[in-house]
Amino acid sequence: MAQDGTVQNPTREHRIILRYADLPGYTPDIDCYLQHGGYEQLRKALSMEPAAIVAEVKASGLRGRGGAGFPTGTKWGFIDHAKNRKPVYLLCNADESEPGTFKDRQIIYKDPHQLIEGMIISSFANHAHLAYIYIRGEMARGAKILERALAEARAKNFLGTNILGSGYDLDIFVFRGAGAYICGEETGLIESLEGKRAYPRIKPPYFPAALGLYLCPTIVNNVETLCNVKHIVEMGGAAYARIGSTNNTGTRIWCVSGDVCRPGYFEYDGGAITMGELLYDVCGGIRNGNRLKALIPGGSSAKVLRAGEIYHIRRKNAAGAMEEIEMRLEDLPLDFDTIAASGSMSGSGGIIVMDHTRDMVECLDNLSAFYAHESCGQCTPCREGALWMRKVLDRMTGGKGRPEDPQLLLDLAGQIGGRTICAFGEACSWPVESFVAKFREEFESKAVAEEEKDRLQVTH
Amino acid sequence: MVGPEQPLLPGEEVPGPEFERKAEEIIGQYPASRRSASLPLLHLWQEEFGFLSERAVEWISTKLGLKPIHILELVTFYPMLHVRPSGRINFKVCRTLSCALAGSHELFAQIRARCGATVSAGHGICVSPDGSYSVEFVECLAACGSAPAMMVDEEEFERATIDTVERILAESGEKEASQGA
Repeated sequence: MAQDGTVQNPTREHRIILRYADLPGYTPDIDCYLQHGGYEQLRKALSMEPAAIVAEVKASGLRGRGGAGFPTGTKWGFIDHAKNRKPVYLLCNADESEPGTFKDRQIIYKDPHQLIEGMIISSFANHAHLAYIYIRGEMARGAKILERALAEARAKNFLGTNILGSGYDLDIFVFRGAGAYICGEETGLIESLEGKRAYPRIKPPYFPAALGLYLCPTIVNNVETLCNVKHIVEMGGAAYARIGSTNNTGTRIWCVSGDVCRPGYFEYDGGAITMGELLYDVCGGIRNGNRLKALIPGGSSAKVLRAGEIYHIRRKNAAGAMEEIEMRLEDLPLDFDTIAASGSMSGSGGIIVMDHTRDMVECLDNLSAFYAHESCGQCTPCREGALWMRKVLDRMTGGKGRPEDPQLLLDLAGQIGGRTICAFGEACSWPVESFVAKFREEFESKAVAEEEKDRLQVTH
Repeated sequence: MVGPEQPLLPGEEVPGPEFERKAEEIIGQYPASRRSASLPLLHLWQEEFGFLSERAVEWISTKLGLKPIHILELVTFYPMLHVRPSGRINFKVCRTLSCALAGSHELFAQIRARCGATVSAGHGICVSPDGSYSVEFVECLAACGSAPAMMVDEEEFERATIDTVERILAESGEKEASQGA
């Protein structure tokens, strides 16, 4: 696959993680993986000191690909191996369920050994001897693919005791979730893996590296993040850090869905493509000849961006001085920091596009139904608030809007975020806050229409 | 929105030796805590017997040395765990935004009408009166790029339409006919 700006690849897609995933004839079998240089980086990693691998990951600038974008090397650095006497666990968060996101699925289904190699290296670097892949329950086929791949890896001694004669022991097992979105929250995931309801844990401690699975130090990383570790070992942290832009190193997989002509997943260097290029050049523009109305840039929890908005982005220029520049939505480079500066987040990389024919109240109602269903119910503001917002929105889309609804929604949303144990509170209130703030006239029109109806009924 | 919980059925399932072997293998994957095997054993039971009964809760809790409530609280929490049998063919249609923009709600209504799935079986599942078919809305299946996404058992369908559904129904009819013959 061409990876430059040539005729074969006019969109400059740069596939590192998905390099082989869609190659004709490429299979999830271990033999295929070995033919493509598989497990070579594991051999290299096992010849290194674990601390040296952590140092390379720190130098790479790799940030977590699950949503929060936390620096992976820093997370790994929280465990003090000189003092720690407990077992360390490594967990792969494969509970991909943020609406709009379908990237981890590509890796699991098409190139499972890449994930496994990344996990073995990461486990070795973190002194873990037992690791689990927490895969969402619906991906039953993905779980079978992973189980088969793990058995293949065991048979070749990439897993098990004394891996490749290094003296290092590790096993990895697959754990299936059962349809609860909250299991993607890392402490909820841990509770679920302990055999309990997936109630996220009270913070602090903020990181499972302090107290995680069975109250032992635990590293939880996303599928894409763990795959990146393999490539960091291959090219070295410094070389990896040269891919992408400062603080947004490496590639990222962007998933585009909704009202575009050619939805799909695309891998680009951090900041190498703008939102406009992705939507219009790569995805063929808005479908059915419609115009862009709004998009959600990083999974459904991210704040919505409205077509025509101008953002004032503060960033460091080449000389290192802070500057403020104006950008249209289409000009935003796809990375962590610029999307955050536009007031939203690049989160899990799931971009949902809505065209000008879409009713924003209905779109928000759909998302609010998701959050009302998925709230774990542990914290009152979230359990009651998410459901209340959904009921208000259901009423509005059902033709019974009231003039006070937009403000009621904002008041409700404003009393959830920051008052809950986990970030789900923010996740369910940010869409409401941003949709109502940016499309207030549509939310108000629901009530106007109702008043008109009453007036007409009176006249006739 | 979650409806009122349906009580568990008593159940008369008797796990065989192969089931026992699989259960022990699963428990072995969690050397630090047998309780971790709770959800995997619930999956195993549901795959074998179709739904979770009082018998399931009792058997799993005894197996793991837990109180029955520790298993029951999982059954009532996780949406994929069912306390009633779903249809022999169960359609899971994605409800969330990208699939909704691609017509998944229309598809859901079409399947429901086509299969006559009108009886509620809890957790949002509608079953046809004879138990042949069921349809349920599920949240984002992580296949938004090829919406609408649908699942039948473990099989995933992308860009699903009522034609996809008709094909599945026809194929299952053929299978049953050949099995009957």
